[in-house]
Amino acid sequence: MAFAEAMRQINPDVVAAYPITPSTEIPMKFAEYVADGLVDTEYITVESEHSAITACVGASVAGARVMTASSANGVGLMHEIFPIAAAFRAPIVFGLVNRSLGAPVNIHCDHSDSMPERDSGWIQIYCEDAQEVYDTALMSVRLAEHPDVLTPVFVCQDGFITSHCYEPVDFLDDEAVTEFVGSREPRYPLLDVDNPVSYGSFVMSEHYFEIKRNQMEGMENALRVCREVSGELARITGRDYPPVERYRTDDAEYVIVIMSSAAGVVKDVADDLRSRGVRAGCLRVRMFRPFPSEEISEALSGVKCAAVLDRSASPGGTPPLAAEVRSALYTSCCAGNRMPSPVQSFIYGLGGRDLYPGDVESVFEGLSRGEHFLAPRYIGLREGTGGEERGGR
Amino acid sequence: MRSVAGVNMKNLTSHRNPLVEGHRMCPGCGAPTALRQAFMGIENPVVVVGATGCMEVSTTVYPYSSWRAPFLHVAFENAGAAVSGVEAAYRVMRRRGEFREGIKFVAFGGDGGTYDIGLQSLSGALERGHDFTYICYNNQGYMNTGAQRSSATPRSANATTAPAGRVTPGKLQRAKNLTEIAAAHNIPYVAQTTLHDPADLIGKVKRAVETPGPAFVNILVPCNLFWKIDPADQVKICRLAADSRFWPIYEVANGEYRVSYKPKGQTPVEEFLRAQGRYAHLFKKGSERRDLIEQAQSEVDADWEKLLAR
Repeated sequence: MAFAEAMRQINPDVVAAYPITPSTEIPMKFAEYVADGLVDTEYITVESEHSAITACVGASVAGARVMTASSANGVGLMHEIFPIAAAFRAPIVFGLVNRSLGAPVNIHCDHSDSMPERDSGWIQIYCEDAQEVYDTALMSVRLAEHPDVLTPVFVCQDGFITSHCYEPVDFLDDEAVTEFVGSREPRYPLLDVDNPVSYGSFVMSEHYFEIKRNQMEGMENALRVCREVSGELARITGRDYPPVERYRTDDAEYVIVIMSSAAGVVKDVADDLRSRGVRAGCLRVRMFRPFPSEEISEALSGVKCAAVLDRSASPGGTPPLAAEVRSALYTSCCAGNRMPSPVQSFIYGLGGRDLYPGDVESVFEGLSRGEHFLAPRYIGLREGTGGEERGGR
Repeated sequence: MRSVAGVNMKNLTSHRNPLVEGHRMCPGCGAPTALRQAFMGIENPVVVVGATGCMEVSTTVYPYSSWRAPFLHVAFENAGAAVSGVEAAYRVMRRRGEFREGIKFVAFGGDGGTYDIGLQSLSGALERGHDFTYICYNNQGYMNTGAQRSSATPRSANATTAPAGRVTPGKLQRAKNLTEIAAAHNIPYVAQTTLHDPADLIGKVKRAVETPGPAFVNILVPCNLFWKIDPADQVKICRLAADSRFWPIYEVANGEYRVSYKPKGQTPVEEFLRAQGRYAHLFKKGSERRDLIEQAQSEVDADWEKLLAR
């Protein structure tokens, strides 16, 4: 709902969307705005998610400001088109309401839908609460359309946990939003029939590599531009969103690295442990693409042991966030900086299973005992006879 | 110079076609002929959206382009959705006076990108009523990947994924009737034609583009490599398709059927089949398949009767 309200205020030129739980309320709410004349958007009620993202790409290269939303298998169906959108430098802003990918079918939250898209060339921002979703939607329009970036953005929020919970959200006035987002100024709009351009040409080995390299430039600029845009919004709202949120990490010995809504639990437990003399902290990664490696290694440089909690798995490999964090730390270590050891990987919350304070406390306890396991451990998982030692506690 | 179906053939010599020379289609291919003729029916500035296929690949080999109109290719199965997005953007931006009036939108795809993988997105775009014209250049199979069968491939044709072997005589199933499927969307204009007569093709695209709302034009075009014909026989083969009623030439304007070409005499379908190498196995001495040739004739006859009754 916070995302839908941001969409109303942004008043995008084109929205193309298809219903899927738990993102459905966004296109549904937006349809009401269209029906009531609160926006003058062209709203395309497509026949599939594949067509939703394709129509978004068509509208975006035409020169329009475009938004959409989806979840889970809908995101999976769109997969083919995401790299095309990114390569076209189509600055689409996408409300991604995280939900587990089937099978088995499950409508609740994990990050198994957005994580496979981490190499699609889209910016990925993971929000902790509805306020952050709203603020991030506004700043993502500016970020995506910035001439140094021109890259589409996923604004990720946890399905049901963030998308459907009642919580107070501070909205800006409509006029303030209109002023903040401005209007899009497309560089090469397809609709300019007097200066025709071709999108989606056939490119062989002589040129393909250079074109992909140019595309990466936009992603590389995104961290800087995100800080600028976030700072600008902070001057209006007082709410700033750095790529990484450091919660009591400055003097921490034990830190849990996590993303999205479950960070709240970790922060609560850290407060509790601090009151008992344990120097615990939470490092919440907000921006996953581009990955803020330097901020993360800097925040963890004085830490004894860290745990990385992933809400998705990479079967046969290291879970996505843990892999990124370890890679960042290794690079920092090669530059002569200290790094925590171990950096333990945990998987939690698949299919919407809650993360309880007790679970988090156990992770901190393990860190304080210097426990180290080579494979990722599972949190809050029931395992069969003989499997208890893999139980993560 | 004749004027047929509102098309002044003389004026076409000065028409500025958005599809220009330098493309890399095979010599004698029917597809660029069909699309160049199609664009001759459009006076307005046009934005072109192409599905993946021979025409898309061969006209956009970077750093060149054979399009002097804006051109967009997103993927294989979604030309209908891509043109929907572009057209919607135009609608909202024209309201604000940001782009000029009168831009027309044309999407095209081969039969693979239209009958098969792109059918859903095409159906969605037709149902939603976007103002665009979709042109299917239908060579009855997947030519960009090497003559595989599609749902547009006719029964008995020898395709690389439905080959004429010792047990099976080419494709076993009939072609899907996509023109009728398009018409079933109750859109304002649907037509099918081939390269038998430029005036017919140009006139149909002209009506399609000038009709507000979605329009669909299905154009049968030979692929020399798949059909195994002499490129010089392109038009001859298309005339056989029309004269034998294998490919009826008609249109459906606001639900009204009109057969736009009624062949004189009775050209047997066998003549159309015999002229192409893809049916050679039906005519092989000693193992001739009269049954399949007769089946082709009876299916064509039944379809023609059905069409006349509409």
